[in-house]
Amino acid sequence: MSATEDVGYDPTPDTGGPAQPLIKVQNLKKYFPVRGGPLGRVQAQVQAVDGVSFDVAKGETLGIVGESGCGKSTTAKLLIGLTERDQGDIIFDGLALGEKLSLKDLRRGVQMVFQDSYATLNPRMTIEASVAFGARVQGLDKPEDRARKLMDRVGLDPARFAHRYPHELSGGQRQRVNIARALAMSPRLVVLDEAVSALDKSVEAQVLNLLNDLRAEFGLTYIFISHDLNVVRYISDRILVMYLGEVVEVAPVASIWAEQAHPYTRSLFSAMPSMDPDNRTKEPPLSGDPPNPINPPSGCRFHTRCRFKADVCKTKTPKLAGLSVNAKHMVACHLHDADSGHPKAGQGVPS
Amino acid sequence: MALAEPEMMDGREPAPMEKPQGYWAGVGERLLQDKLTMACFGVLMLLILSAVFAPWLGLADPYKGSMIARLKPIGTEGYPLGTDEQGRDMLARLIYGGRLTLFIGLMPVVFAFFIGSFLGVLAGYVGGLTNTIIMRTIDVFFAFPSVLLAIAISGALGAGIFNSLVSLTIVFIPPITRVAEAVTSGVRSLDYIDAARATGANNWTVIRMHVIGNVLSPIFVYATSLTSVCMILAAGLSFLGIGVRPPEPEWGLMLNTLRSAIYINPWLSALPGMMIFVTSLCLNLLSDGLRSAMNVRD
Repeated sequence: MSATEDVGYDPTPDTGGPAQPLIKVQNLKKYFPVRGGPLGRVQAQVQAVDGVSFDVAKGETLGIVGESGCGKSTTAKLLIGLTERDQGDIIFDGLALGEKLSLKDLRRGVQMVFQDSYATLNPRMTIEASVAFGARVQGLDKPEDRARKLMDRVGLDPARFAHRYPHELSGGQRQRVNIARALAMSPRLVVLDEAVSALDKSVEAQVLNLLNDLRAEFGLTYIFISHDLNVVRYISDRILVMYLGEVVEVAPVASIWAEQAHPYTRSLFSAMPSMDPDNRTKEPPLSGDPPNPINPPSGCRFHTRCRFKADVCKTKTPKLAGLSVNAKHMVACHLHDADSGHPKAGQGVPS
Repeated sequence: MALAEPEMMDGREPAPMEKPQGYWAGVGERLLQDKLTMACFGVLMLLILSAVFAPWLGLADPYKGSMIARLKPIGTEGYPLGTDEQGRDMLARLIYGGRLTLFIGLMPVVFAFFIGSFLGVLAGYVGGLTNTIIMRTIDVFFAFPSVLLAIAISGALGAGIFNSLVSLTIVFIPPITRVAEAVTSGVRSLDYIDAARATGANNWTVIRMHVIGNVLSPIFVYATSLTSVCMILAAGLSFLGIGVRPPEPEWGLMLNTLRSAIYINPWLSALPGMMIFVTSLCLNLLSDGLRSAMNVRD
């Protein structure tokens, strides 16, 4: 299947070679002001994303997981410039956003698929017009042609669907349209923000397979945001765990699946329903709601809910560092840092 | 590419092949099926056409009075709808009166529709300080009842058709702006606007391609409903003597001058009022019909 020529997929050329990460995020911060009072003054700041850093290699899929409100979607919107960052660098293939890379050029290289397949499509535009819109904006040749070919590629017969409206399609079909819409600009990185979460299981599997095929065919890189660990495991190469706007753990899938180094990651994994009826989850993996991101806990943000907390956790913020056994498995926890001053420092998470 | 097949064959009736019917074609089709709306549309067209083509209808001169034929009742020979207090033919005056009345009843809403939509979409899309400045200014005008505002502005500018147009336009900008702002800020927060911005399109393109189409029909329907209010206000201004001046035929003014004859010939005096009533009723029903026809999903 030499569909790359057929569809006319036309990404911007690779500049830094395979060793240079496709996107490098450094110390990204976004605080949302909370206004109130009679004069609408800023009363507080919601620390939605607070100092997030990560790299995504070319052709890799990075899965981002975490509870609701941990800053996953804000991170996604920051990456594509839909939300303006307060601080930090976004470097796309060696070019820093705002210096050597304009927002429009960034959006040529990075596209996004949103969760709500219906709300993401203009109800008064035909499917074809919606898919072709981005290609036209970016000045690619023959936008309609491109749209029809991509619709065909994602499994929607252009002859039947091109002139339909979003409300005439099923959820799975609409999400295929959204994938085609994102690909119409021939991006190199696609951010999938809960892209399959609203679909039922059988359609979800089809769309995941489609995403896998497209990645191989067009040489795409994905950032896959989800709350469903099994889905993330299926599609990702590495998994990044967020808690209250911070990265707590980043590791290759196999490594994190074998051993979760952060207590939060461990509770997140144990919250997955067990497939074995004789091995039910009996204890609640984690108690209480996440703390308010307006006034996050000092030190390690997880200490209010952590079973292994010590005094040092309340005062000192842990840094993301590789494990001694596997440097690619990074974690931000005093338990793994031999010099942290935690009573059980350097011993890892007790089982 | 077998992965797509199961979902497309999901047991529904075979999808109809290609239906390239556009949105406006669908609206037109639904309107045609709505008998009440079509009837109102017919009446309005009759009124508008008769007003436009009044000079070619072979009517009597609407300005020429006769001292001996004053206040003839409806059905008098030669005067099918009688004569007014100066002996002028009522039929001719009512039809000629439609010209001015419809003009100053519709044009302010048309102007206010464009200005108000522009301000409202701008305020709703940009938000922040721009929104605050536009909407708080609009609120100042909102503080006055519309009749009072129209009278005040017309009174300040002086009588005359042009001044009535200006004052009525100013009266109708705030409500249209407010509706436009509300609808736009609703649309602005939807994901498809984010998706459109994420393509790298500039704000103008996003507004033109994605915002306008989705906000225009509610604003349009609302503006249609305002035309009847505007006609009544315009007639009211003429009635008070700060709109159209005699001897121009205009329904509000005619209502005023015939008011003294209400005990002598009540049916005759009610005729201009009937015209205003019928026109505004038809406009209201038409806007209701448009509202339901423009709803894509029901």
